[in-house]
Amino acid sequence: MLNKVYDWIDERLDITPLWRDVADHEVPEHVNPAHHFSAFVYCFGGLTFFVVVIQVLSGMFLSMYYVPDIERAWESVYYLQNQVAFGQIVRGMHHWGASIVIVMMFLHTLRVFFQGAYKKPRELNWIVGVLIFFVMLALGLTGYLLPWDMKALNATKVTLDIAQSTPLIGDMLKTLLSGDEHIVGAETLTRFFAIHVFFLPAALLGLIGLHFLMIRKQGISGPL
Amino acid sequence: MSEQRVTRRQFLSYTIMGVGGFMAVASVMPMLRMAVDPVLQVEAGGDFIATTVKVDELTNEPTRVDFQFEQEDGWYTSNVTQTAWVYKDDKGEIIALSPVCKHLGCTVNWNSNKDHPNQFFCPCHKGLYEKDGTNVPGTPPRGPLDRYKYKVKDGVLYLSRRASAVRGA
Ligand code: HEM
Ligand code: FES
Repeated sequence: MLNKVYDWIDERLDITPLWRDVADHEVPEHVNPAHHFSAFVYCFGGLTFFVVVIQVLSGMFLSMYYVPDIERAWESVYYLQNQVAFGQIVRGMHHWGASIVIVMMFLHTLRVFFQGAYKKPRELNWIVGVLIFFVMLALGLTGYLLPWDMKALNATKVTLDIAQSTPLIGDMLKTLLSGDEHIVGAETLTRFFAIHVFFLPAALLGLIGLHFLMIRKQGISGPL
Repeated sequence: MSEQRVTRRQFLSYTIMGVGGFMAVASVMPMLRMAVDPVLQVEAGGDFIATTVKVDELTNEPTRVDFQFEQEDGWYTSNVTQTAWVYKDDKGEIIALSPVCKHLGCTVNWNSNKDHPNQFFCPCHKGLYEKDGTNVPGTPPRGPLDRYKYKVKDGVLYLSRRASAVRGA
Protein backbone atom coordinates (compact mmCIF):
# COMPACT_ATOMS: atom_id res chain seq x y z
CA MET A 1 0.00 0.00 0.00
CA LEU A 2 2.64 2.51 1.12
CA ASN A 3 4.84 1.38 -1.75
CA LYS A 4 2.05 2.08 -4.17
CA VAL A 5 1.53 5.56 -2.77
CA TYR A 6 5.27 6.19 -3.04
CA ASP A 7 5.38 4.94 -6.62
CA TRP A 8 2.37 7.03 -7.55
CA ILE A 9 4.04 10.17 -6.26
CA ASP A 10 7.48 9.25 -7.60
CA GLU A 11 6.08 8.64 -11.08
CA ARG A 12 4.80 12.19 -11.17
CA LEU A 13 7.48 14.11 -9.26
CA ASP A 14 10.58 11.93 -9.53
CA ILE A 15 11.41 12.37 -5.84
CA THR A 16 13.86 9.45 -5.54
CA PRO A 17 16.97 11.41 -6.63
CA LEU A 18 16.04 14.14 -4.17
CA TRP A 19 16.23 12.08 -1.02
CA ARG A 20 18.94 9.78 -2.37
CA ASP A 21 21.19 12.76 -2.83
CA VAL A 22 20.63 13.84 0.75
CA ALA A 23 20.46 10.54 2.57
CA ASP A 24 22.00 7.75 0.57
CA HIS A 25 25.61 7.74 1.68
CA GLU A 26 27.74 5.09 3.25
CA VAL A 27 28.95 5.83 6.75
CA PRO A 28 32.76 5.75 6.58
CA GLU A 29 34.30 3.11 8.79
CA HIS A 30 36.21 5.53 10.97
CA VAL A 31 33.03 7.26 12.13
CA ASN A 32 31.05 4.09 12.78
CA PRO A 33 30.98 3.03 16.43
CA ALA A 34 30.21 -0.53 15.30
CA HIS A 35 33.75 -0.71 13.92
CA HIS A 36 35.66 1.35 16.43
CA PHE A 37 33.81 2.02 19.63
CA SER A 38 35.74 5.24 20.16
CA ALA A 39 33.92 6.60 17.12
CA PHE A 40 31.02 7.39 19.45
CA VAL A 41 32.48 10.89 19.61
CA TYR A 42 31.04 11.42 16.13
CA CYS A 43 27.54 11.03 17.55
CA PHE A 44 27.49 14.27 19.50
CA GLY A 45 26.55 16.45 16.55
CA GLY A 46 23.60 14.24 15.75
CA LEU A 47 22.61 14.10 19.41
CA THR A 48 22.70 17.90 19.58
CA PHE A 49 20.35 18.04 16.62
CA PHE A 50 18.09 15.43 18.21
CA VAL A 51 17.73 17.53 21.34
CA VAL A 52 17.11 20.64 19.24
CA VAL A 53 14.22 18.82 17.57
CA ILE A 54 12.86 17.90 21.02
CA GLN A 55 13.19 21.53 22.13
CA VAL A 56 11.36 22.85 19.10
CA LEU A 57 8.55 20.31 19.40
CA SER A 58 8.09 20.55 23.17
CA GLY A 59 8.34 24.35 22.93
CA MET A 60 5.59 24.47 20.32
CA PHE A 61 3.31 22.44 22.57
CA LEU A 62 4.17 24.46 25.70
CA SER A 63 3.09 27.60 23.89
CA MET A 64 -0.44 26.13 23.60
CA TYR A 65 -0.79 26.93 27.31
CA TYR A 66 1.83 29.56 28.01
CA VAL A 67 0.83 33.24 28.19
CA PRO A 68 3.60 35.87 27.92
CA ASP A 69 2.01 38.39 30.27
CA ILE A 70 3.35 39.47 33.66
CA GLU A 71 0.05 38.80 35.43
CA ARG A 72 -0.58 35.40 33.85
CA ALA A 73 2.73 33.86 32.86
CA TRP A 74 3.51 32.19 36.17
CA GLU A 75 -0.05 30.93 36.57
CA SER A 76 -0.13 29.54 33.05
CA VAL A 77 3.09 27.63 33.69
CA TYR A 78 1.74 26.42 37.05
CA TYR A 79 -1.42 25.27 35.34
CA LEU A 80 0.28 23.43 32.51
CA GLN A 81 2.65 21.83 34.98
CA ASN A 82 0.02 20.66 37.49
CA GLN A 83 -3.35 20.41 35.78
CA VAL A 84 -2.61 19.39 32.22
CA ALA A 85 -2.09 15.68 31.58
CA PHE A 86 1.58 15.12 30.68
CA GLY A 87 2.20 18.84 31.02
CA GLN A 88 4.82 18.10 33.63
CA ILE A 89 6.50 15.70 31.20
CA VAL A 90 6.52 18.11 28.28
CA ARG A 91 7.78 20.96 30.43
CA GLY A 92 10.36 18.59 31.87
CA MET A 93 11.55 17.70 28.39
CA HIS A 94 11.94 21.37 27.52
CA HIS A 95 13.50 22.23 30.88
CA TRP A 96 16.11 19.45 30.95
CA GLY A 97 16.58 19.50 27.19
CA ALA A 98 17.67 23.12 27.46
CA SER A 99 20.66 22.03 29.54
CA ILE A 100 21.38 18.78 27.74
CA VAL A 101 21.50 20.52 24.37
CA ILE A 102 24.28 22.78 25.66
CA VAL A 103 26.22 19.79 27.01
CA MET A 104 25.88 17.90 23.71
CA MET A 105 26.90 20.94 21.70
CA PHE A 106 29.91 21.39 23.93
CA LEU A 107 31.00 17.76 23.53
CA HIS A 108 30.52 18.02 19.77
CA THR A 109 32.68 21.14 19.73
CA LEU A 110 35.37 19.38 21.76
CA ARG A 111 35.40 16.51 19.25
CA VAL A 112 35.80 18.91 16.33
CA PHE A 113 38.46 20.88 18.17
CA PHE A 114 40.65 18.00 19.30
CA GLN A 115 40.44 16.21 15.96
CA GLY A 116 41.35 19.40 14.17
CA ALA A 117 38.29 18.88 11.98
CA TYR A 118 37.85 22.66 11.73
CA LYS A 119 40.93 23.04 9.53
CA LYS A 120 40.86 23.83 5.82
CA PRO A 121 38.49 23.41 4.02
CA ARG A 122 36.05 23.40 6.94
CA GLU A 123 36.79 26.80 8.51
CA LEU A 124 33.43 28.23 7.45
CA ASN A 125 31.57 25.45 9.17
CA TRP A 126 33.45 26.18 12.39
CA ILE A 127 32.30 29.78 12.12
CA VAL A 128 28.69 28.72 11.54
CA GLY A 129 29.07 26.38 14.52
CA VAL A 130 30.16 29.23 16.75
CA LEU A 131 27.12 31.23 15.63
CA ILE A 132 24.91 28.27 16.50
CA PHE A 133 26.59 28.19 19.89
CA PHE A 134 25.66 31.84 20.54
CA VAL A 135 22.10 31.39 19.30
CA MET A 136 21.71 28.38 21.59
CA LEU A 137 23.00 30.26 24.63
CA ALA A 138 20.62 33.10 23.78
CA LEU A 139 17.73 30.63 23.59
CA GLY A 140 18.54 29.33 27.05
CA LEU A 141 18.85 32.87 28.37
CA THR A 142 15.57 34.18 26.93
CA GLY A 143 13.66 31.01 27.82
CA TYR A 144 14.80 31.24 31.41
CA LEU A 145 12.75 34.40 32.00
CA LEU A 146 9.51 32.95 30.68
CA PRO A 147 8.25 31.13 33.85
CA TRP A 148 8.34 34.62 35.48
CA ASP A 149 9.23 33.49 38.97
CA MET A 150 11.76 35.17 41.25
CA LYS A 151 14.64 33.07 39.94
CA ALA A 152 13.77 33.99 36.36
CA LEU A 153 13.40 37.66 37.22
CA ASN A 154 16.65 37.97 39.12
CA ALA A 155 18.62 35.98 36.58
CA THR A 156 17.32 38.29 33.89
CA LYS A 157 18.25 41.38 35.87
CA VAL A 158 21.80 40.07 36.06
CA THR A 159 21.76 39.29 32.35
CA LEU A 160 20.61 42.81 31.53
CA ASP A 161 23.32 44.17 33.82
CA ILE A 162 25.89 42.25 31.83
CA ALA A 163 24.48 43.57 28.56
CA GLN A 164 24.54 47.07 30.00
CA SER A 165 28.23 46.81 30.82
CA THR A 166 29.03 46.62 27.09
CA PRO A 167 31.27 49.56 26.21
CA LEU A 168 29.57 52.56 24.51
CA ILE A 169 26.29 50.94 23.45
CA GLY A 170 25.55 49.21 26.77
CA ASP A 171 22.64 51.42 27.84
CA MET A 172 20.98 51.21 24.43
CA LEU A 173 21.49 47.50 24.23
CA LYS A 174 19.89 46.99 27.61
CA THR A 175 16.86 49.09 26.71
CA LEU A 176 16.53 47.32 23.38
CA LEU A 177 16.47 43.95 25.18
CA SER A 178 14.24 44.87 28.09
CA GLY A 179 11.91 47.32 26.35
CA ASP A 180 12.38 49.93 29.06
CA GLU A 181 15.27 51.89 30.46
CA HIS A 182 14.57 50.93 34.07
CA ILE A 183 11.78 48.39 34.31
CA VAL A 184 12.08 44.65 33.88
CA GLY A 185 8.40 44.04 33.29
CA ALA A 186 5.58 43.62 30.81
CA GLU A 187 7.57 44.70 27.79
CA THR A 188 10.58 42.65 28.78
CA LEU A 189 8.55 39.48 29.00
CA THR A 190 6.88 39.92 25.61
CA ARG A 191 10.20 40.76 24.00
CA PHE A 192 11.95 37.76 25.48
CA PHE A 193 9.04 35.58 24.46
CA ALA A 194 9.10 36.78 20.86
CA ILE A 195 12.86 36.39 20.69
CA HIS A 196 12.70 32.96 22.30
CA VAL A 197 9.99 31.38 20.18
CA PHE A 198 10.28 33.19 16.82
CA PHE A 199 13.51 35.05 16.16
CA LEU A 200 16.08 32.66 17.59
CA PRO A 201 14.52 29.36 16.44
CA ALA A 202 14.31 30.81 12.91
CA ALA A 203 17.97 31.84 13.09
CA LEU A 204 18.90 28.46 14.57
CA LEU A 205 17.18 26.46 11.86
CA GLY A 206 18.77 28.61 9.15
CA LEU A 207 22.23 28.13 10.62
CA ILE A 208 21.72 24.40 11.14
CA GLY A 209 20.64 24.17 7.50
CA LEU A 210 23.89 25.83 6.43
CA HIS A 211 25.85 23.59 8.79
CA PHE A 212 24.41 20.41 7.25
CA LEU A 213 24.66 21.71 3.70
CA MET A 214 28.37 22.25 4.17
CA ILE A 215 28.84 18.82 5.75
CA ARG A 216 26.99 17.26 2.82
CA LYS A 217 29.18 19.14 0.35
CA GLN A 218 32.52 18.50 2.06
CA GLY A 219 31.90 15.13 3.65
CA ILE A 220 33.02 14.19 7.13
CA SER A 221 36.69 14.81 7.91
CA GLY A 222 39.04 11.85 7.45
CA PRO A 223 40.46 9.50 10.11
CA LEU A 224 43.20 10.81 12.34
CA MET B 1 23.25 50.47 -29.87
CA SER B 2 26.41 52.28 -28.89
CA GLU B 3 24.70 55.71 -28.92
CA GLN B 4 22.28 54.52 -26.31
CA ARG B 5 23.63 55.41 -22.93
CA VAL B 6 21.39 52.94 -21.17
CA THR B 7 20.56 49.62 -22.75
CA ARG B 8 17.14 48.05 -22.41
CA ARG B 9 18.65 45.35 -20.22
CA GLN B 10 20.33 47.87 -17.95
CA PHE B 11 17.16 49.90 -17.73
CA LEU B 12 15.15 46.87 -16.72
CA SER B 13 17.64 45.70 -14.13
CA TYR B 14 17.89 49.18 -12.59
CA THR B 15 14.12 49.37 -12.46
CA ILE B 16 13.82 46.00 -10.82
CA MET B 17 16.55 46.77 -8.32
CA GLY B 18 14.95 50.11 -7.53
CA VAL B 19 11.46 48.74 -7.08
CA GLY B 20 12.73 45.67 -5.23
CA GLY B 21 14.87 47.79 -2.95
CA PHE B 22 11.96 50.10 -2.25
CA MET B 23 9.70 47.18 -1.43
CA ALA B 24 12.29 45.59 0.85
CA VAL B 25 12.94 48.82 2.76
CA ALA B 26 9.26 49.71 2.95
CA SER B 27 8.42 46.37 4.51
CA VAL B 28 11.35 46.03 6.89
CA MET B 29 11.67 49.66 8.05
CA PRO B 30 8.40 49.80 10.02
CA MET B 31 9.29 46.58 11.81
CA LEU B 32 12.72 47.78 12.83
CA ARG B 33 11.39 51.15 13.94
CA MET B 34 8.86 49.32 16.08
CA ALA B 35 11.54 47.13 17.66
CA VAL B 36 13.83 50.05 18.59
CA ASP B 37 11.04 52.30 19.87
CA PRO B 38 11.94 51.88 23.56
CA VAL B 39 15.50 53.03 22.85
CA LEU B 40 14.37 56.19 21.09
CA GLN B 41 11.70 57.15 23.59
CA VAL B 42 12.50 60.25 25.59
CA GLU B 43 12.01 59.59 29.23
CA ALA B 44 9.11 61.39 30.79
CA GLY B 45 10.04 60.48 34.37
CA GLY B 46 12.40 63.36 35.04
CA ASP B 47 10.18 64.77 37.77
CA PHE B 48 10.78 64.57 41.49
CA ILE B 49 8.64 62.69 44.00
CA ALA B 50 7.77 64.10 47.40
CA THR B 51 8.89 62.02 50.36
CA THR B 52 7.44 62.25 53.86
CA VAL B 53 10.76 63.48 55.20
CA LYS B 54 11.42 67.05 56.31
CA VAL B 55 14.95 68.18 55.51
CA ASP B 56 15.40 69.46 59.09
CA GLU B 57 14.95 65.95 60.41
CA LEU B 58 17.93 64.63 58.48
CA THR B 59 21.10 64.00 60.46
CA ASN B 60 24.51 62.74 59.50
CA GLU B 61 23.27 59.20 60.17
CA PRO B 62 21.80 57.51 57.04
CA THR B 63 18.08 56.86 57.47
CA ARG B 64 15.87 54.78 55.31
CA VAL B 65 13.36 56.78 53.25
CA ASP B 66 10.59 55.07 51.29
CA PHE B 67 8.66 56.93 48.65
CA GLN B 68 6.05 55.90 46.13
CA PHE B 69 5.00 56.81 42.65
CA GLU B 70 2.86 55.50 39.84
CA GLN B 71 4.92 53.61 37.31
CA GLU B 72 3.85 52.99 33.75
CA ASP B 73 5.19 49.80 32.27
CA GLY B 74 3.72 49.59 28.78
CA TRP B 75 0.08 48.72 29.33
CA TYR B 76 0.47 48.26 33.12
CA THR B 77 0.23 50.95 35.71
CA SER B 78 1.34 50.11 39.21
CA ASN B 79 2.45 51.72 42.43
CA VAL B 80 6.10 51.16 43.13
CA THR B 81 8.00 51.90 46.29
CA GLN B 82 11.57 53.11 46.04
CA THR B 83 13.98 53.17 48.93
CA ALA B 84 16.84 55.57 49.62
CA TRP B 85 19.40 55.89 52.40
CA VAL B 86 19.52 59.60 53.15
CA TYR B 87 21.85 61.68 55.32
CA LYS B 88 23.60 65.04 55.44
CA ASP B 89 27.33 64.98 54.93
CA ASP B 90 29.84 67.19 56.80
CA LYS B 91 29.15 70.14 54.51
CA GLY B 92 25.42 69.80 55.10
CA GLU B 93 24.91 68.44 51.59
CA ILE B 94 22.14 65.85 51.26
CA ILE B 95 23.21 62.42 50.03
CA ALA B 96 20.51 59.94 48.89
CA LEU B 97 21.89 56.51 48.11
CA SER B 98 20.20 53.64 46.31
CA PRO B 99 20.09 50.41 48.35
CA VAL B 100 20.63 48.27 45.25
CA CYS B 101 23.95 46.47 45.53
CA LYS B 102 26.29 47.07 42.61
CA HIS B 103 27.33 43.45 42.61
CA LEU B 104 24.21 41.48 41.74
CA GLY B 105 21.42 43.72 42.91
CA CYS B 106 20.59 42.60 46.45
CA THR B 107 19.50 45.17 49.02
CA VAL B 108 22.14 46.75 51.21
CA ASN B 109 21.58 47.89 54.80
CA TRP B 110 23.23 50.57 56.90
CA ASN B 111 25.11 49.45 59.96
CA SER B 112 23.49 46.01 59.95
CA ASN B 113 26.62 43.95 60.45
CA LYS B 114 28.34 44.07 63.84
CA ASP B 115 31.75 43.42 62.30
CA HIS B 116 31.42 46.38 59.96
CA PRO B 117 29.99 49.30 61.88
CA ASN B 118 29.05 52.46 60.00
CA GLN B 119 29.20 50.83 56.62
CA PHE B 120 26.59 49.61 54.16
CA PHE B 121 26.51 45.83 54.16
CA CYS B 122 25.12 43.49 51.51
CA PRO B 123 24.14 40.10 52.98
CA CYS B 124 24.28 38.25 49.67
CA HIS B 125 28.03 38.09 49.18
CA LYS B 126 29.27 40.34 51.98
CA GLY B 127 29.59 43.47 49.86
CA LEU B 128 30.64 46.59 51.77
CA TYR B 129 30.33 50.31 51.10
CA GLU B 130 31.50 53.37 52.99
CA LYS B 131 28.96 55.87 54.23
CA ASP B 132 29.22 57.94 51.04
CA GLY B 133 28.48 54.84 48.94
CA THR B 134 32.05 54.12 47.86
CA ASN B 135 32.54 50.39 47.53
CA VAL B 136 35.17 48.86 49.78
CA PRO B 137 37.93 47.29 47.65
CA GLY B 138 38.23 43.55 48.01
CA THR B 139 34.47 43.05 48.36
CA PRO B 140 32.32 42.00 45.38
CA PRO B 141 30.64 45.29 44.31
CA ARG B 142 31.92 46.77 41.06
CA GLY B 143 31.31 50.40 41.88
CA PRO B 144 29.83 52.91 44.29
CA LEU B 145 26.12 52.89 45.15
CA ASP B 146 23.89 54.85 42.77
CA ARG B 147 22.55 58.20 43.96
CA TYR B 148 19.13 59.79 43.72
CA LYS B 149 18.92 63.41 42.68
CA TYR B 150 17.09 65.54 45.21
CA LYS B 151 15.25 68.80 45.54
CA VAL B 152 13.97 70.66 48.57
CA LYS B 153 10.61 72.38 48.44
CA ASP B 154 8.94 73.93 51.49
CA GLY B 155 11.34 72.05 53.70
CA VAL B 156 10.30 68.70 52.25
CA LEU B 157 12.71 66.31 50.57
CA TYR B 158 11.90 65.39 46.95
CA LEU B 159 13.78 62.56 45.26
CA SER B 160 14.17 61.55 41.62
CA ARG B 161 12.32 58.39 40.55
CA ARG B 162 15.50 56.55 39.66
CA ALA B 163 18.96 56.57 41.10
CA SER B 164 21.78 57.08 38.64
CA ALA B 165 25.34 55.84 38.60
CA VAL B 166 28.02 58.01 40.12
CA ARG B 167 30.42 59.03 37.37
CA GLY B 168 34.15 58.83 37.71
CA ALA B 169 34.04 57.54 41.27
C1 HEM C 1 17.36 24.88 21.41
C2 HEM C 1 16.23 25.45 21.62
C3 HEM C 1 15.62 25.92 22.95
C4 HEM C 1 16.18 26.07 24.20
C5 HEM C 1 17.63 25.83 24.60
C6 HEM C 1 15.13 26.54 25.10
C7 HEM C 1 15.28 26.84 26.46
C8 HEM C 1 14.25 27.16 27.33
C9 HEM C 1 14.36 27.33 28.75
C10 HEM C 1 15.66 27.22 29.57
C11 HEM C 1 13.12 27.61 29.27
C12 HEM C 1 12.74 27.76 30.76
C13 HEM C 1 12.03 26.47 31.14
C14 HEM C 1 11.91 26.19 32.59
O1 HEM C 1 12.69 26.73 33.39
O2 HEM C 1 11.04 25.38 32.92
C15 HEM C 1 12.22 27.66 28.16
C16 HEM C 1 10.85 27.92 28.26
C17 HEM C 1 9.98 28.01 27.19
N1 HEM C 1 10.28 27.78 25.85
FE1 HEM C 1 12.09 27.23 25.12
N2 HEM C 1 13.97 26.65 24.36
C18 HEM C 1 14.23 26.30 23.05
C19 HEM C 1 13.33 26.29 22.01
C20 HEM C 1 11.99 26.69 22.07
C21 HEM C 1 11.09 26.78 20.95
C22 HEM C 1 11.47 26.45 19.50
C23 HEM C 1 9.87 27.18 21.44
C24 HEM C 1 8.55 27.44 20.73
C25 HEM C 1 8.32 27.51 19.47
C26 HEM C 1 10.02 27.35 22.88
C27 HEM C 1 8.99 27.75 23.75
C28 HEM C 1 9.12 27.93 25.12
C29 HEM C 1 8.03 28.30 25.99
C30 HEM C 1 6.58 28.60 25.59
C31 HEM C 1 8.58 28.35 27.31
C32 HEM C 1 7.84 28.73 28.62
C33 HEM C 1 7.27 27.52 29.32
C34 HEM C 1 8.07 27.06 30.52
O3 HEM C 1 8.76 27.87 31.14
O4 HEM C 1 8.02 25.87 30.85
N3 HEM C 1 11.32 27.05 23.23
N4 HEM C 1 12.92 27.39 26.98
S1 FES D 1 24.76 41.18 45.53
FE1 FES D 1 25.61 42.44 47.05
S2 FES D 1 27.52 41.48 47.39
FE2 FES D 1 26.69 40.24 45.81
